Amino acid sequence: MAQALIDLVKQQFPGAVLASHSQHGDETLVVKPDSWHAIHQFLRDDPRAAMNMLMDLTAVDFPDQEPRFEVVTHLCSLTLGHRLRLKSRVGDEEGENVEIATLTDLWASANWLERECWDLLGVRFVGHPDLRRILLYPEFIGHPLRKDYPADEIQPLVAYREVENIEKLPPFGPDEGMAFGRQTHLRPQDES
Amino acid sequence: MGELSRPHGAHLQSPAAGGGSTAGTPQGALRSATMEAGEGAGFATTRLKDMLSWAQKYSLFMYPFVTACCGMEFMSVSGPRFDFSRFGSEAPRFSPRQSDLLWVVGTITQRQAPVLKRIYEQMMEPKFVLAFGTCASCGGFYDNYACVAGIDKIIPCDVYVPGCPPRPEGVLDGLMLLQDKIQRGDRTPGIVKPRRDPATDQTLGLVQLRRKDSV
Repeated sequence: MAQALIDLVKQQFPGAVLASHSQHGDETLVVKPDSWHAIHQFLRDDPRAAMNMLMDLTAVDFPDQEPRFEVVTHLCSLTLGHRLRLKSRVGDEEGENVEIATLTDLWASANWLERECWDLLGVRFVGHPDLRRILLYPEFIGHPLRKDYPADEIQPLVAYREVENIEKLPPFGPDEGMAFGRQTHLRPQDES
Repeated sequence: MGELSRPHGAHLQSPAAGGGSTAGTPQGALRSATMEAGEGAGFATTRLKDMLSWAQKYSLFMYPFVTACCGMEFMSVSGPRFDFSRFGSEAPRFSPRQSDLLWVVGTITQRQAPVLKRIYEQMMEPKFVLAFGTCASCGGFYDNYACVAGIDKIIPCDVYVPGCPPRPEGVLDGLMLLQDKIQRGDRTPGIVKPRRDPATDQTLGLVQLRRKDSV
């Protein structure tokens, strides 16, 4: 059903669609970041698409690839009953210039979703009216869901108590408590 | 001395009653003291400190700092089936200035840590802290950027009740452990351990757990 939707977008934006696939009723379009906002606006306003609901907006970090971040949206049409997933790749390998146009003027729900995406992955949404952290505190440095954020790095708001051996306080013995196989992901500049 | 009497109970005596069978426990001593009064006993001796700690341990006003799924078990243990008001820990006070016992129930994130610390600092002395569940005790599997790995990193903690979530029996054990520590004036941290270890006790009939040293 939604294969017609993919063809519609391809026909409307020639050259903007980099790839598309359709599997088990899951339709996906990979588009250029330049036409991110235009394609979403078309999908929302065109009566053949009528995507009146932005279900999800998030991003995925592929640390070894360039462009590094894949911004993903899930669109749904409540009137026509179909869905579409759109992806777009932004950002270079160092995690700089991760910028894409905001969708807040199309769907109000994009506001908090984009704030979460900025908070945890550091994707900057150009034109967002209020791009602040939403889950973490303003004092936090960095974006914890990036793959180069160290897995054991914490940034406490309250200074820990000045007690001997604070990491393993009594009554916990040396072999009690957390002993999971924690992997530490080093930042690229730390490895050299 | 009844079987249930604790060795560190208040030293209440009722000499005229001839060291009756219930005189070892404070309740028994008081009861016998009042009951025997007509027969000429009428007095009891103790130390003021013991008397005060005895009163303190049975009137713990609690502040429930409930943040996560352990809250369901907290409701269960405060409800009529397990009912920790039997232990004098009945009255919840949602103002830290009126409470003695801070129940930290659930995960504490880094963002909540200033709130928890402020609540603790607002409480009046003497104040006690009970870490309810694994997350509050040591962070559990929330070993990440967002969570505090145990509330003892920010505030001193008196009793740890492990479990995810702990059984109500374990929570009651923790409460009784705290009462025992209050009676003894002992402020070192204590941890609730299983009374019978299912890994070694075959009579429990539970699934045999493998220990680290036997693998």
